[in-house]
Amino acid sequence: MPDLGKYAVEVLSAYGVSLAFLVLLVAWTLYQGAKAKEALRSYEERRAQDGRASSKEAAE
Amino acid sequence: MPMSIWEYANPKKFMQTSSAVLPWVAGLTVICLVVGLVWGFFFTPDDFRQGSTVKIIYVHVPSAMMAINVWVMMLVTSLIWIIRRHHVSVLAAKAAAPIGATMTVIALFTGAIWGQPMWGTWWEWDPRLTSFLILFLFYLGYIALWSAIENSDTAADLTSILCLVGSVFAVLSRYAAQFWNQGLHQGATLSLDKEENISDVFYYPLLFCLAGFVLLFVTLLLIRTRTEIRSRRLKALRLRERMA
Repeated sequence: MPDLGKYAVEVLSAYGVSLAFLVLLVAWTLYQGAKAKEALRSYEERRAQDGRASSKEAAE
Repeated sequence: MPMSIWEYANPKKFMQTSSAVLPWVAGLTVICLVVGLVWGFFFTPDDFRQGSTVKIIYVHVPSAMMAINVWVMMLVTSLIWIIRRHHVSVLAAKAAAPIGATMTVIALFTGAIWGQPMWGTWWEWDPRLTSFLILFLFYLGYIALWSAIENSDTAADLTSILCLVGSVFAVLSRYAAQFWNQGLHQGATLSLDKEENISDVFYYPLLFCLAGFVLLFVTLLLIRTRTEIRSRRLKALRLRERMA
């Protein structure tokens, strides 16, 4: 750890605030991305199942 | 056959290309950020006037630079939407806004923390600080406008117009210190003139940090635009199902 002298609080809090915001932004971005991907995947899967079920019914 | 940039306006093409590029950009982001921040924080000396507070430069300058440039990127993509009606471009602008807002908040916070010991005040209604605060309010307004309008094409039109208006403050944030020769904030930190540029000992780690923040923006932008494309597709599919 470097010797930050009398400005240690200022320097550490500037880095702390910046890193906290960046980590939150990255986490939020990844969470939203995973949520949207899963929502689209499950919708398309359900649609595909519905499609298979209705073509099976039509064949019977 | 020559590739055209407009091919990336096709969501499928964008998803394919971004998927291949993302791991590389993300890897480069981590390398540049770690090298720049570790070098800047641990291995640079104190400034003879500012003491150890000079280390704040490695988070303050890159975030301030990105706060302005993200808006410029949003301006370009909004203009593409207005002129050529490419959905991917306006979705990229929408995806960029929260990143730009975060960068602006970081620049404002770190500026205040740096300003207190150097200027003796957390905040001053200085031209550059004030235009940055207004730029932040424009980011919030832009994000809020997207959420407030149900129809996505109408939202895209109105937010693009707001983006054009807000560009005045993006430009002011960059050049305020030169336009009005008053206030506490200094002029540009980086200069092509060797005499005016900061010392090499601070300059090289700063270059890594600048590259790291640019790459972080590109990484997050690609992920967020992919999210927007998926959400838009899901919305369209649900609408089509309801109409059937």
